[in-house]
Amino acid sequence: MPQCADQVLDFETLFREPEYRDMLADKRQFENRHPDTVVAETLEWSKSWEYREKNFAREALTINPARACQPLGAVYAHVGFKGTLPMVHGSQGCVAYYRSHFSRHFKEPTSCVSSSMTEDAAVFGGMNNMIDALSNAHTLYHPDMIGVSTSCMAEVIGDDLDAFIRNAKEKGSIPMDFDVPFAHTPAFVGSHVTGYDSALRGVLQHFWKGQTRVPDASINFIGGFDGFVVGNMPVIRRIFDAFGADYTVLCDPSDAWNTPGDGEFRMYDGGTSKDEVKRALNARATVSFQEFCTEKTLKYIAEQGQDVVSFNHPMGVAGTDAFLMKIAELTGKPVPESLERERGRLVDAIADSQAHLHGKKFALYGDPDLMLGLTAFLLELGAEPTHILSSNGDAGWAAKVQAVLDASPFGRDCHVYPKRDLWHMRSLLHTEPVDFLIGNSHGKYLERDCNVPLIRLAFPIFDRHHHHRFPIWGYEGALRVLVAILDEYFEKLDLNTSDIGVSDYGLDIIR
Amino acid sequence: MSTSVEEQKLANAALIAEVLEAFPEKSAKKRAKHLATFDSEKPDCSVKSNIKSLPGVMTIRGCAYAGSKGVVWGPIKDMVHISHGPVGCGQYSWGSRRNYYTGTTGVDSFVTMQFTSDFQEKDIVFGGDKKLEQVIDEIQTLFPLNRAISIQSECPIGLIGDDIEAVSKRKSKQYEGHKIVPVRCEGFRGVSQSLGHHIANDAVRDWVIDPATREAKPFASTPYDVAILGDYNIGGDAWSSRILLEEMGLRVIAQWSGDGTLAEMENTPHAKLNLLHCYRSMNYIARHMEEKSGVPWVEYNFFGPTMIERSLREIASHFDDTIKENAERVIAKYKALSQAVIDKYKPRLGGKKVMLFIGGLRPRHVIGAYEDLGMEVIGTGYEFGHSDDYQRTLEHLKDGTLLYDDVSAFEFEKFVARIQPDLVGSGIKEKYIFQKMGIPFRQMHSWDYSGPYHGFDGFAIFARDMDMAINAPAWTLTRAPWKTAA
Repeated sequence: MPQCADQVLDFETLFREPEYRDMLADKRQFENRHPDTVVAETLEWSKSWEYREKNFAREALTINPARACQPLGAVYAHVGFKGTLPMVHGSQGCVAYYRSHFSRHFKEPTSCVSSSMTEDAAVFGGMNNMIDALSNAHTLYHPDMIGVSTSCMAEVIGDDLDAFIRNAKEKGSIPMDFDVPFAHTPAFVGSHVTGYDSALRGVLQHFWKGQTRVPDASINFIGGFDGFVVGNMPVIRRIFDAFGADYTVLCDPSDAWNTPGDGEFRMYDGGTSKDEVKRALNARATVSFQEFCTEKTLKYIAEQGQDVVSFNHPMGVAGTDAFLMKIAELTGKPVPESLERERGRLVDAIADSQAHLHGKKFALYGDPDLMLGLTAFLLELGAEPTHILSSNGDAGWAAKVQAVLDASPFGRDCHVYPKRDLWHMRSLLHTEPVDFLIGNSHGKYLERDCNVPLIRLAFPIFDRHHHHRFPIWGYEGALRVLVAILDEYFEKLDLNTSDIGVSDYGLDIIR
Repeated sequence: MSTSVEEQKLANAALIAEVLEAFPEKSAKKRAKHLATFDSEKPDCSVKSNIKSLPGVMTIRGCAYAGSKGVVWGPIKDMVHISHGPVGCGQYSWGSRRNYYTGTTGVDSFVTMQFTSDFQEKDIVFGGDKKLEQVIDEIQTLFPLNRAISIQSECPIGLIGDDIEAVSKRKSKQYEGHKIVPVRCEGFRGVSQSLGHHIANDAVRDWVIDPATREAKPFASTPYDVAILGDYNIGGDAWSSRILLEEMGLRVIAQWSGDGTLAEMENTPHAKLNLLHCYRSMNYIARHMEEKSGVPWVEYNFFGPTMIERSLREIASHFDDTIKENAERVIAKYKALSQAVIDKYKPRLGGKKVMLFIGGLRPRHVIGAYEDLGMEVIGTGYEFGHSDDYQRTLEHLKDGTLLYDDVSAFEFEKFVARIQPDLVGSGIKEKYIFQKMGIPFRQMHSWDYSGPYHGFDGFAIFARDMDMAINAPAWTLTRAPWKTAA
């Protein structure tokens, strides 16, 4: 009997005890398993170039994608506004999934309601669901506004949000003047970054429609869908504050997903207020940190007469430099000395450590903008971003990444893979191995299958706690990314030199 | 502070009334039927269940796809399960249920992988059947050792009129009878995960069990063959259960569906007795095998020594004296372990009050385990239970227990805030709400990434986990010392 009250064995040790090993071996007689030799041969074949070619010939099947659907991004965007309750018009299971997904990453509650459409709504449409949902949500949860997006069902049957919301108001479901920005966010178009874009534009359209723009000197900032928003947004605010800039962050969920454990549950916290949104129309310019998250939004803003500037998730020294210089240009103020010192410290740290990373090969996957920023930073460190893959980056994105690679001698043997998934990545890692993998928690299967250490820098991170609380943006964030990479490098080096009696010579106390 | 049962009932009634007042009138009327206090003198007076959730109230429920792909089919390890439709459903449910299995992932086992037909707009407009055919071809090329394929329908499939049954038959024929199972578990069907379980069970019946019975594949039976139904092997639950059944001389010929295989499902009609843990999600197929193949079934409960011992005896009662004697021997063997666990943890947990809100069987099944540790369940409810679940719950309830069916986030928060239990057991969406309120919490779907909780081995982990939730020093830190006591 392996279990013991004094020293309770958990699953990772319990099932390795002889009793359980025997039991599981015995179970195989009922399983109709393929012979071990066949499994072993097939496993080896799955690592081959031949398999890679078949794998890359896939046209219809997606396996282990690094991408979610539009409404997830819409919920993210709506969480970023003050007192806002996100509501998704469609089947209720979708909302259960979005809430779980965010809670597993941020380790925080995520409030969101559904209009709970069922079979009868498939026949008659979801109008009654919308009417009841707005009424119930408004009465129970007292939001300042309700941000509506859609999941598959409502989109497939063609529900019209604008008409439905108007109708609901006329039926007295919510007050006529209650704010209900909305966006159609079909899950079968684009990805979560598209949904972010659509929902954000929907909020701006709601508050800006019919308003006259009176230009002022302020700047709007849009961060885009960002799993590290809790850590990143304070960095951005600190930068703007250091400039003494007049600025508005459009969509800031960094407080909503970072509430204190002090005895009180805050359903809403922080976020961009309605007044801030209204005022943002007058800004002289809007800066987007992630172009691919804000294509429609920026187009709409530009149409209002503002200058729009977009970045691709700038990271590291040159990325942050470019961002700061743009702020300096827009505000007419010099880059503050405090930031210059911070830059110097980052450069100093890179100089101290770069030798360890020089020429190391990396595979990375994630959202399009993140990949661009990360690629540039790795090149800056003298590393080689060998495989760069995105499930939601298209040919246009790939061309942009290629341009970044072409500009550096370290990018010569690197390749970009748009619209690919993590099963493609598995083939890449088996056929053209690298030293490190950068991705999200789903990358741990690749870490196991391909024996490549995983560094978690992409959403979602379910299996490590609180990483999202620390920034990856700005000089400060770059330092953290540098340390994350170095830690993994040193861990691996220590592990490779830890075989007593074999490699006692390599386990240096100083690295 | 101790209150009498009568006071507790009055307090609960007042609390329910107060919570209902916050709803619009029409909704309050509907929700009132789902909230009640258990009265042991009027035990039939229970709550309504398995009814549509109110739009906009933040139900905790999921959908039929979650019930089929996430619960019933997903854990069958040697099959490839296609999340058929757009990318999201498969993405959010990928690897989140901790259905443990052995095997070589990506080669002969596929549980922790996300296969999707990833619908694009053109698939919605022109239909997705052609794409599905190609998806199946590509699976056959890249995963030649898969034993079967299931098609788990997402919402659009049923709305755009795709004929996945025809595709399945056509492709099955092309691949020489390779099993391809279409499942109509679109998320909009029914009111919760529950209909998804039923639909999945029906698909198992039509595409696995009945064909296997017809084909009468040879199987060397023994008089002691049993099958585990409705154990999803969360954190290894089915394994810490199986070991007890085998120790008492039974031969477990199938596990449904945690660590299960197609062959095991096909073997099941040969069992002498089907053992049903999660009644809600698997009673349909148990009843079918009883009617069609004459396999009787018995419900059991492997949470906590009291219920485990009772269940072992109940299971043994269906067999001969050897098994009955073996059951007693197994019970005796583990007595010392259970007693040591109770001796260690009961002094730390005795008298603690628990509120639960979980899925299919646990709102009643775990009550005994808490009581073994001297704890008391003072509130419970089902996310997607039916009236037969509530009927089965009554015998486990103490007079005055608060019952809440399909509880909304609003109601649950208010109930817990007022009642201030020592522990809340529910899901990931609830966890952080209550922890911020300073109330200890355990996820009772995923075992909060721990487990197993089933069997005697699992009880030790369960007790340890409840102790570390309740008695964590963190809960003494919630209030800053400079704040005056409330």
